[in-house]
Amino acid sequence: MATQQTQLLARTLLTPAVALLFIWMIVPLALTLYFATLHYNLLDPGSESFVGLENFRYFLTDPAFLASLQNTLVLVGSVLAITIILGVPLALLLDQQVVGLSIVRLMVIAPFFVMPTVSALVWKNLLMHPVSGLFAWIAHLFGLPAIDWFNDAPLFAVILIISWQWLPFATLILLTALQSLDEEQKEAAEMDGASAISTFIYITLPHLARPITVVILIETIFLLTVFAEIFVTTGGGPGLQTTNIAFLIYSQALIQYDVGSASAGGLVAVVLANIVAFFLVRIVGRNLEA
Amino acid sequence: MGQITLQGVQKSFGPVHIIKGADLDIADGSFVVFVGPSGCGKTTLLRLIAGLEDVTGGAILIDGRNVVDVPPAKRGLSMVFQSYALYPHMSVRGNIAFGLKMAGIAKDEINRKVEAAAATLNLTPYLDRKPRELSGGQRQRVAIGRAIVREPKAFLFDEPLSNLDAALRVQMRLEVTRLQKQLGTTAIYVTHDQVEAMTMADKIVVLNGGKIEQYGSPLELYEKPANLFVAGFIGSPKMNFVTGDLAKQQGAATIGVRPEHLKVERDGQGGWHGTVSVAEHLGSDTFLYVDAGPQGMLTARYIGELDLHPGDKVSLIPDPARIHRFDDSGKSIHA
Repeated sequence: MATQQTQLLARTLLTPAVALLFIWMIVPLALTLYFATLHYNLLDPGSESFVGLENFRYFLTDPAFLASLQNTLVLVGSVLAITIILGVPLALLLDQQVVGLSIVRLMVIAPFFVMPTVSALVWKNLLMHPVSGLFAWIAHLFGLPAIDWFNDAPLFAVILIISWQWLPFATLILLTALQSLDEEQKEAAEMDGASAISTFIYITLPHLARPITVVILIETIFLLTVFAEIFVTTGGGPGLQTTNIAFLIYSQALIQYDVGSASAGGLVAVVLANIVAFFLVRIVGRNLEA
Repeated sequence: MGQITLQGVQKSFGPVHIIKGADLDIADGSFVVFVGPSGCGKTTLLRLIAGLEDVTGGAILIDGRNVVDVPPAKRGLSMVFQSYALYPHMSVRGNIAFGLKMAGIAKDEINRKVEAAAATLNLTPYLDRKPRELSGGQRQRVAIGRAIVREPKAFLFDEPLSNLDAALRVQMRLEVTRLQKQLGTTAIYVTHDQVEAMTMADKIVVLNGGKIEQYGSPLELYEKPANLFVAGFIGSPKMNFVTGDLAKQQGAATIGVRPEHLKVERDGQGGWHGTVSVAEHLGSDTFLYVDAGPQGMLTARYIGELDLHPGDKVSLIPDPARIHRFDDSGKSIHA
């Protein structure tokens, strides 16, 4: 019963948690805002001075910014496309009744549990290495030259690694959605004379619209801030070819020791993420309305 | 044409025999109801006819052609599901048109047929709505619309009214019966509700434990039940069964009398004496649950109001012409 007393009690009890969360969020944000207005270089301590919006001008006009913005969008878009286009058929396969399915499911989900740094190292040194990697060995079997992934197609290599990590997530969400598809609807379609392909197009795919939206929204949040995979494999290079916004901010702060510019970059990233989220919710969010 | 014949149809799931050999002849244009307690195999039998399950043995003939190896869509049947199974993201029009679209029929012909079906079912104002914007009864009509638009050889109904409230169920029952008579299409209808079975059917199939207990018109089943199971299942309230000496006097192991064939007399002479334990007054009828000592609990139905209360002594006089007799194995004994 929501009497005034219980409301007061609820508020009182919630206050510490809410206050802590608020402080947790507002202190870093306020500090970032403050640093963004300073000339603040770690190599030049004691020289901090107020520079207004100079850091923002510097960050936004840096040619590295546009390059890394493009890389970020390409990376997010490609990984989303790969995980959904492969995730749907994979989920359909895992929805079939076959022997040993629980083991297969477990193995399919496994990549998601591997730490990003570990999986990036495995891909870099065991799979994609041009001399000792598995892919090079396979290429040699067919008499082909080995591909030096991180030099010849660095962004594509990073996209592959991240897609491998996120494919299980998409598959899992889509699989649970498939399992909630009403069996009688499929049977009704069968009685209506729909072929397997028509059933997929007219019944299954529309049913998956909502989980696909969920996958897109959640993956986007995490993919905008991909860092470990890039740090471990390419270090943003060669040149700026695999530098995304998150890595650019890192390199501003801890390679160039420019805290002011990195703070400005961080705030720009927050704004960009909100813009992406805004359009995303506009485009796919209506699928979430019941 | 829609003549359906089952010849020794069997179905097992692993070691479990769901249908233990069903033989049935369903005439073209008739309305046949499968009725039985839950787990009796009535829905399985319907799904076998539809082709949604494969038969383990026997043959299913539609218009003389064995269809056991024919996929569901090619059997020329259409089905109304218990959950309606409407396609949630399609409009009513899309739902009704889907089967025709899959059959590759021209657009304007689809439109003509969909609109005709919608008009028959009073769905025209709702054609562009989504299923979730419709009431239960309207969804039911869309499911029926989807079935009739394909002009099938037979309709298969799988407990289609069980999700509706009581008043709507009575109304839809009438609508379905009227529609079937108007179209003259064979219909097979599965239900566990014997009132639905009695009111809708031309012929009833009573199933129990995967076997057909009796196949006949509603009144045949009521007046001449083939065995104890059918006698107990058809009719509401249930038939009274009496065993022991009273039955032996009639040359039977068990005798059965329907509640409506017991004459109730206050402190009367003859018949079976007992004490009223519960009296239900419906106005139109009075149901009496009478503790009749050696005969056990008996139910009696009196047409109209009878001012009796728990504890009152009554005597129940069975109509001698309406006593059903059953032998040791539960089969009916006909004089």
